[in-house]
Amino acid sequence: MLNFFEKIGGAIRSKITRLGAATRLFFSIISYSSDSFKRFNLTIREIYFTGVLSLVIIVVSAFFVGMVLGLQGYYTLQKYGSSEAIGVLVALALVRELGPVVTALLFAGRAGTAITAEIGLMKATEQLSAMEMMAVSPIARIVAPRFWAGIITMPLLASIFSMVGILGGYVVAVPMIGVDEGAFWSQMQANVDFNYDIVNGFIKSVVFGIACTIIALFEGYDAPPTAEGVSRATTRTVVTSSLAVLGLDFVLTSFMLTV
Amino acid sequence: MDRIKLDAWVGIFVALGLIALMGLAMKVGNLTSNDIKTTYFVTANFENIGGLKPRAPVKSAGVVVGRVDSIVFDTKMYEAIVTMSIDERYVFPKDTFANIYTAGLLGEQYIGLEAGGDPDNLEANDKITQTQDAVVLEKLISQFLYSQASKEEE
Repeated sequence: MLNFFEKIGGAIRSKITRLGAATRLFFSIISYSSDSFKRFNLTIREIYFTGVLSLVIIVVSAFFVGMVLGLQGYYTLQKYGSSEAIGVLVALALVRELGPVVTALLFAGRAGTAITAEIGLMKATEQLSAMEMMAVSPIARIVAPRFWAGIITMPLLASIFSMVGILGGYVVAVPMIGVDEGAFWSQMQANVDFNYDIVNGFIKSVVFGIACTIIALFEGYDAPPTAEGVSRATTRTVVTSSLAVLGLDFVLTSFMLTV
Repeated sequence: MDRIKLDAWVGIFVALGLIALMGLAMKVGNLTSNDIKTTYFVTANFENIGGLKPRAPVKSAGVVVGRVDSIVFDTKMYEAIVTMSIDERYVFPKDTFANIYTAGLLGEQYIGLEAGGDPDNLEANDKITQTQDAVVLEKLISQFLYSQASKEEE
């Protein structure tokens, strides 16, 4: 019985220790950021790997999400005789929720895992220790550029996701179903507010970018230097990032809706 | 991958992202249509605002001329004080009438301004004295029922 409680306590303690270590990593990234900004082409390289290479999956999934929203929205709205409101529905759903959240989930799966596996393998093959031997800080050289690349990439990807999704909804609603084009756009413009909807979605995507990248970096940096350790760390990146994104989404939304 | 190619791809990516953001702001959002920049505030007291909310439109002749800025409850008069921000381009006479209307049968509520005939215009922080409350559906129905009942008694 005592053994059981010991196990629970140990598990909680190790979680809290990891949280503390992640926070420490976060602050050391911030303090080394000025060094990595001096060599900004490292960050540019990481933007290429996390952003440009994620474009295809983001654009394709956004287009399909938008089309499904259009179809499902039309099916429900036409029961109430207000199928013109489909533009508002698609735009608000994408800009406020689906854009940032789905992008963050895809980002965690596409870019987060790559970051974790790369850093974990660097650690396993002792490249990070070698850098330290050469008096090159691995945080300034490896970790911080990936962090800033993630923060820059996520809002851009989320904006692309929302825009492409709205175009997907447009393709379903206007040419396929035959909703009036003018009503589609004008109702959307009348009901989507820049300061409340678009800026809030943008803030969400920045926060998700920070959360996903820091989790991916920490899991890689903290991974046991074995093949198994790296694979487990990669799995944990996806699980933790997804849970963090969904949890943060609720918290942020409840803050933003208190107007 | 050489550096020029890398820079080009990242440049394309960042440009795409910014274009998408601009598209959201211009085509999807109301940044272009909502060009109300400089506004002035006008208050009005209502005994019942119904479902009026902050940021609801203020319309005159159906045209959006401003937005509801804030709604507070006044414990002296036990009334709601509604502050509206109105586009500076539009001026209204001092005896303007403020009504709370409902868009459609169950739609959102908005303030309708009906201009009066006073030669002086409303200035910033003025108060609209003539107001009409929101129509409460339950009141209407009960009034209707009472009138029907009294008719039957006759």
